[in-house]
Amino acid sequence: MDCINQLAQCLNQGGMDAGLAQFISIFLGVVLVATFPLLVTILLIWVERKFAARIQDRIGPNRVGPFGLLQPIADVVKLLGKENITPTGADKPIYNLAPPFMVAAVLLVWAVMPLTPYHFGVDLEIGALYVITVASIGTLAVMMAGWASNNKYALLGAFRVVAQLISYEVPLAMAVLIPVMLAGSMSLQGIVKAQYGMWFVFAAPISAILFFISSQAETGRAPFDLLEAESELVAGFNIEYSGMKFAMFFAGEFMHVFTNGVLMAVFFTGGWIGPFVEQLPWLGLIYLLGKASIWYTISLWVRNSVPRLRIDQMMDFNWKFLVPMSILNVLVIAFLLQVIKQVGLTPIDPGNFIQNLPQTVVLLLGNVFVGYVMLSWVRSKGRQARAADEAKKMTAATVHAVGD
Amino acid sequence: MNVLNEWAFIGVFFLIAPLLPALPIILGGVFAPHKPNAIKTATYECGVETVGDTWVQFKVQYYIYGLIFLVFDVEMVFLFPWALAYKQLDFFAFGAGLLFIFLLTDALFYAWGKNALAWE
Repeated sequence: MDCINQLAQCLNQGGMDAGLAQFISIFLGVVLVATFPLLVTILLIWVERKFAARIQDRIGPNRVGPFGLLQPIADVVKLLGKENITPTGADKPIYNLAPPFMVAAVLLVWAVMPLTPYHFGVDLEIGALYVITVASIGTLAVMMAGWASNNKYALLGAFRVVAQLISYEVPLAMAVLIPVMLAGSMSLQGIVKAQYGMWFVFAAPISAILFFISSQAETGRAPFDLLEAESELVAGFNIEYSGMKFAMFFAGEFMHVFTNGVLMAVFFTGGWIGPFVEQLPWLGLIYLLGKASIWYTISLWVRNSVPRLRIDQMMDFNWKFLVPMSILNVLVIAFLLQVIKQVGLTPIDPGNFIQNLPQTVVLLLGNVFVGYVMLSWVRSKGRQARAADEAKKMTAATVHAVGD
Repeated sequence: MNVLNEWAFIGVFFLIAPLLPALPIILGGVFAPHKPNAIKTATYECGVETVGDTWVQFKVQYYIYGLIFLVFDVEMVFLFPWALAYKQLDFFAFGAGLLFIFLLTDALFYAWGKNALAWE
């Protein structure tokens, strides 16, 4: 925002009207901030394919350009030339608006992303809430695509996607509550600055895991990718999209996964914090992208390794495991924070690493407790289910034996 | 003045964000062939003629998930200010938060017990 104000002043001094100068500089700032993730996406297409290929023990694109790096450009050129077939009876305005809205939902998150200590689009005071809110526009775009396609499979696919997306927003929001609580601020820059002393991933690993799993489900990545599973429901809600519109859905999804990686880095692993960031703020961008890439890689790794969940398993997992776990997590951490305050272990200087250690250890133990409780509960449920299965098999066997 | 500028940024972003991906789509419309015929624009149903109405009936289960999501979403909106001010408050705040969360989680357990969360 500083750069934008300075540009506005510069234009104003040149003789431009103050309001117009402000508007033009805001406009330029917006275009710059919005273009950055789009450019990163072009690289991501290559990363995605190479990584998936290597995990599957093959080479991946390596013909177009060195190591296949120009593959995304070839893809774009190909998709530009594909005919835009609009199905008969499709609701034209909504049908055409769905792909841009899907990408817009992801781009809007970057408006508040703190790239360096001084460079960001805008540091909203309600940054965390804004991020969660704006990501829901993607859900709307999916529904628009499914409904306007005039295709019952697209509609069924869209219903399922929307059910999954809204369900997994609950643990996502609950997981974001913890960094907000620990930092005492909803602004993303404030949350990053509060991690000078200790990264939140060490104080609240369960929240980090919850956020990771929920964001994996929010983007429709394995194991939650029933919706884009090409073998089922024939590509789901984007059946009737071809050419660049389909490319926008795809690019939006890749961008969303990377954005979630960046959000993981910002909320839990300290964003742009790293050695020498005070002297050279540009290093902050490199640290942020590095941490985001690590989370992105883990996300890709999970995606290429696990089988798919069925939709009822997915919903059960969310409502019967993740939501209770996230609620228990919030309550335990809230309780422990108050206890820490009463006992006097709160760090007086939040930026000091040593002073943060006692609080971190206590919270870590709390997280371990939450994890233990939830996992032992799941285990007992599993044991019950298995015992019921065994009993059923025994009765079936005895019935068989008696029947003979 | 500054707060207004911040939201002006977001406002302009809301306008630009759908426009930026729309540009490649329009570019595609320029470069791509445009020869629709009856077979190409027919609705896709694995290669056969479509059977039955397109706008299928809406399963009630989705509505129930939507309701429960709504309850928890509004709960989140109320919990954010609580979490924001939490560090400066005392134990009473924890009790208040506990009661609020518990009342709403009760709804989840009730729905669970009534088997409303089953299937799909």
